[in-house]
Order: sequence, then structure tokens, then C-alpha cells
Amino acid sequence: MFGRFKAFCLAVVLVFAGVAAAQAQTTLTMYYPVAVGGPLTKIVDSMVADFEKQNSDIDVEAIYAGNYNDARIKALAALRSGKPAQLSVMFSIDVYDLIEQDAIVPFEEVISEKDRDWLDSFYPALMDNGKTLGKTWGIPFQRSTIVMYYNKDAFRRAGLDPEKPPRTWEEMAEMGKKLTTGNRWGLMIPSTGYPYWMFGALCKQNGQVLMGDNGKKTYFADPRVVEALEFWRDLSGEYGAMPSGTIEWGTLRKNFLEGKTAIMWHSTGNLSAVKNKADFDFGVAMLPKKIQRGTPTGGGNFYIFKNTSKEERKAALRLIKFMTSPKRSAQWSIKTGYIGISPAAYKTKALRDYLAEFPPAAVARDQLKYATAEFSTFQTGRVRKLLDDAIQSALTGEESPQEALSKAQKRADQLLRPYR
Amino acid sequence: MISRRMMAVYGWLLLLPAISLMAVFTHWPTLTTFYHSLFTTGTVIRSSSFAGLGNYERLLQDPVFMKVMGNTLIFVFGTVPLSIALALIMALWANERLPGKGLLRLAYFTPTILPMIAVANIWLFFYTPEIGLLDQILTSLGGSGHNWLGDPSTVLWCLMATTVWKEAGFFMIFYLAALQNMSPELREAAMLEGTSRWMYFRRVLFPLLMPTTLFVLINSVLNAFKLVDHIFILTKGGPDNASNLLLYYIYQNAFSFFDTNYAATLTVVMLLLLAVVAVLQFGLLDRRIHYR
Repeated sequence: MFGRFKAFCLAVVLVFAGVAAAQAQTTLTMYYPVAVGGPLTKIVDSMVADFEKQNSDIDVEAIYAGNYNDARIKALAALRSGKPAQLSVMFSIDVYDLIEQDAIVPFEEVISEKDRDWLDSFYPALMDNGKTLGKTWGIPFQRSTIVMYYNKDAFRRAGLDPEKPPRTWEEMAEMGKKLTTGNRWGLMIPSTGYPYWMFGALCKQNGQVLMGDNGKKTYFADPRVVEALEFWRDLSGEYGAMPSGTIEWGTLRKNFLEGKTAIMWHSTGNLSAVKNKADFDFGVAMLPKKIQRGTPTGGGNFYIFKNTSKEERKAALRLIKFMTSPKRSAQWSIKTGYIGISPAAYKTKALRDYLAEFPPAAVARDQLKYATAEFSTFQTGRVRKLLDDAIQSALTGEESPQEALSKAQKRADQLLRPYR
Repeated sequence: MISRRMMAVYGWLLLLPAISLMAVFTHWPTLTTFYHSLFTTGTVIRSSSFAGLGNYERLLQDPVFMKVMGNTLIFVFGTVPLSIALALIMALWANERLPGKGLLRLAYFTPTILPMIAVANIWLFFYTPEIGLLDQILTSLGGSGHNWLGDPSTVLWCLMATTVWKEAGFFMIFYLAALQNMSPELREAAMLEGTSRWMYFRRVLFPLLMPTTLFVLINSVLNAFKLVDHIFILTKGGPDNASNLLLYYIYQNAFSFFDTNYAATLTVVMLLLLAVVAVLQFGLLDRRIHYR
């Protein structure tokens, strides 16, 4: 009862504060997701508080909205209810859904001429997902890539050089085989939750991307894509370095920390957690190459909603500029393990010092040169599920990679035809 | 005459609150669901249009839907009889005069108290290969581990085991209540006649429990369709839809793909299925049940 009374008082205060603020201030509502949980909400809230201190004419209400999927559902629901947010952090791959819902504006319509340089100040690989149909729809914020975590102690025990993690597919398969013992696997690449993400890395390494033509085409049946899936499957069957069946995303980190796998592929977002919990010597390396190195980027972008006034858009832009400034990006990267989003962020003293002290944090940045966009098309949820299902059906041996991917390509074509 | 009419009005007035709530929250949404299933899903750019039975045709050509229906049937026919049988056995056991009876009942009931999401998180670490409880027991006994949730041939059975574990304790409570209302003379009379325990159970106890069994049966069938919380944590319907159930597929369509009208179509199918089940249960079983 007391809690409810307190909440009521708070609501009254907020309403009055809102009325008072509306006279002189621009009020922004922003949704943001947290994919890895924990103290990240506090970091975002403190950054927003800093922004409000420096910009007394803007009032920001930052609302934590669950995971990426929840954030999108909430933002779109708010949009339909007529009480929309002005900006949000959402999954970078939601861009086509948001465009199709006519929910967002391209940044070209918001920025002035002199801001063009600002658009170019970010790592190009991180802009890939936000740029389509000739416009820029998203600005990178919490972004990651896949990296390879490996257990140096296990490398030593297997007679391998702990400073030489595998650089190629062949090396990875061979080392994986050597690292596999009675109670430890050589390698685990997760195949639930985000199979398409891991697969995007393998395909890029084999010299092929999965989608193109502004999200209207997929290349699932390309021979190099099929070959990538064959390799993934063979890691368990032929090389015996990985357990068969699908590998659970949610429990993989624990598997690695308990020494049940010597190598894991996982998001850079896990770096801080692994660093804090590993009781063995571990290393972080770039993913190996077949033809070239490669990884998809991942994570969330800033979007500005269409249903906003001119003042609101300007205020939103100021907030986004603040949150993505080199200083803030460096601070964000150190606290979370996400990538600093611009070269300038890595020139700040804070981030330079941090990298000197903890070099594995630099791997994700160095890998950005080889990065590509995360899988995203029109009808993205459905098309992505086709790909996920095909990957899982090949990994569990239900279908051959060729069969599974051809089938997925055919259905993806049916879904995307109306957009071409 | 007037008083009878007044009584009728009075009766309807008493029913009114319940009826209006039902209408607003049950009947009206059901009708709109059916209505929406006749249209294509619109976006701001492309508006929704009348599709007739187009969405239903799409169902028939949707291989995932077919798989999901198969899974749902296996899930229902697998979990329902097993949880009822277990519930009955546990109730008979907990009804005996045993030392520590209270503890036993509590132990059986614990899974029911826990929220399904919490349960699923616990079971995730039972099933996880290598570090999971199940695998650790197996390997310590000299067996080899198994990738329980990563193998399409075992994943659905794992979900079913979790569900039975969760549900049986709940149904046990109903059986236990029924057993405690059973008059002891029946048992004494049967004993005097020299009836065996099994015969007493089969000929006396079980028939008298039939009203409870019908109640439990209906509830467990409904629950089997409704319970999908654990899928979010354990498998997300994978691998390759091997553990995808109808309600979860509806969720995916509505909230991952934003295809609300196709989700409405799937919902109509689910409602029809439940209606058929309810009619069968009441129509066929009810007549054969002995009520006191």
C-alpha cells in the first residue's frame, strides 16, 4: 500500500514537473534495450544525467525497455498509441522493419550541412547496417563483433603455443582436434539464439555475404555459403572437435569458464564477464580466415522517429551526438566491452590507457577492418528464421547444407519478391 | 406471474457483471480475432486488404505450421496422461498414514509454486551438455553425455519431462482432496468382502474419482496448449522447429515477425482445436461419469 502511495506521489510530482518543463524545455523520451543485463542501465542513466546537466533546455526520459525485441515492440506500440518516443536505441537489424512501418527519419533530413563530417566520423563497418536505400537511418551506439576466446592453459596442456591461436579454418579444425580430450571439447560455436550471426562470420571468411540489394536479396544457396555451412557441420562430425547437435548460446560462457571447451566464439559483449570470472589464463583473438578474415557487427543503433517536431529532432540529435562523442564512447566501451564506435574514441587517453593495461580489448576494434553488416532484410524476422532453421537442420544432420540452404533461399525469394 | 418475471430480471441483473466482463475480454476479442484472420497484415506503406480465406490457405502450405501442429499433438498426448497418472499415484501415496506426510505433500507440490520461467532456468542447467546435472550423473555412471536440447530427436521429450514435473504436483492436490472426502466405510466394506487392494482401486476408488479426473483432464489439456513459457528459455522452438509449439509459433508471428493477421489465423485454429477437445470431453466422458 505504501509503495502504491509513493508511486502516486511520484506520478503527481512528475506530471507537475512535466508541465513546468514543457513551458521552456524540449522533452525527449528514449527507449533503450540492454542485451547483457546488469549494471548497464545505470551507466546509460548516468550518461543521460550528464547530458541534462550540460543541456538544461532538454529534458530526457530514458526508459529501459528490456531486450532488443522488447524495445522494438514497446517503441512501435508507443508509436501506434499516439504517445511516441522521439528517439530510441534499437537493434541495428530492425532498420527495414522500421522503414516499412514508416517509423523513422533518415539522418540526412535532420542534420545540417556542417554535420556531414560527423556522419563520416564513425567506423564504416558500424554504419553498414544503418545505411540503406541511399540514406543513413541509424547511428552506432552499443556495438559488438564476434571474437574467439581461448583457454591458454588448455593450449599448453595440449602442447600448443598459447600465444598462437588458430589463424585459418584448417588450423582451427586441427587445433580443435588436438584440444579435445575426454572431458573437454576443442571448440564451440553457439547455434541457438543467434545462429545467423555466427554463420555470417563463416560466410564472410569464405568470401561471401548473406544479403544485398538494400535488403531485398539473400544469397543462401551460393556455393561459398553452402561450403561455410559444411565446414561448420564438419567441425563436429569429421574433425570431432565440437559436440554434435546445436550448441546453446545461453550456457556457452559457463561451458568456457568451467573449462569444458578450449575455444569459444562469442560476442565481445562478454569480455568483461569472462575477464572477471575466468580462473585460468585466457586469450582473445580475431576469428580465423578461409579466404579472408571476417565477422558481422552486432548490437544497437540510435534511431530518430518520424512523428517528431523540428525542435524535438534537433534536441534528439544533440543527445545522440553527446552519447556517441569520443569521450562517452570510450567510457561506455571500458565499462561494457562494447566497441568504441569511432577512431577518435580510441585516441582518448582513457581508452588508450585501458588498452595498454588490457590488450584483449583491442581485438574487436582491429577486427572491424574485416567486418560486415549483420544479417538484415525486409521481412527480417521471417527471413532470418528461415536461415536459422536451415543452419540448425544442417547441424543436427536432418538435411544436408545444400538442401537446407536451397530450401531457405526459395522461401526467402517468395517473401522478398514483392519488395523488388 | 409478475414476480416470476421480476425474478428473471433479478437473475439477469446478477449475471450482468460477469456477462459484460466475459463479453469484453473473451467473446469480443474472439470475434475480432476471426475478423482479422480474413485480412492481410498491413504496414504503414502497404495497407491491409481483404484476403478471404487466403491466410488459411497459407497455413496449409506452411511447413513450419505442419511441424508445429505435429509437435503440439505429441506434446499434449505425451504430457496429459503421464501427469494425470503421476498425480494419482502421488495422491494415493500422500494420502496414506505415513510419518512425514506433510513434508511429502509439500515436496510434491513445490514445482507448482515455482514460476515456469525460474523452473526453465533451472532445467536449462540440468540439460546442458557437459556441465549439466543430467550429463554429470550419466558420465559418473560411466555413460556418455548427450546434447539433450541440441538434438531434434530428444528436445521435445525434454520439454515434456519438464512440463510433467511442473504439472503433476498441481493435479495431485485435486486428487488428494477427492481422496480425503472418500467415505472410509467403502474401504471397510470392500475389505470385509475380501477384495484385493487393486480390485478396490479399480472397481471402487477410480470410478468414484472420475469427476475429479474429468476436471483434471480438461485442465491439463488446456494447460498443455497454454504452457510455452519454458520454450523461451530452453529452446526458442529450435533446433529447426523441433520443439516449436502452436502458442509459441503464434507469439513468433505476432511479435517477432509483426504478422498480426497470420497470428490471428493461427489463433483461430487453436480456438477451434480447444473447442473440439472440450466438446469431446464433456460430450463423451460426462455421460459415463458417476456423480453423487
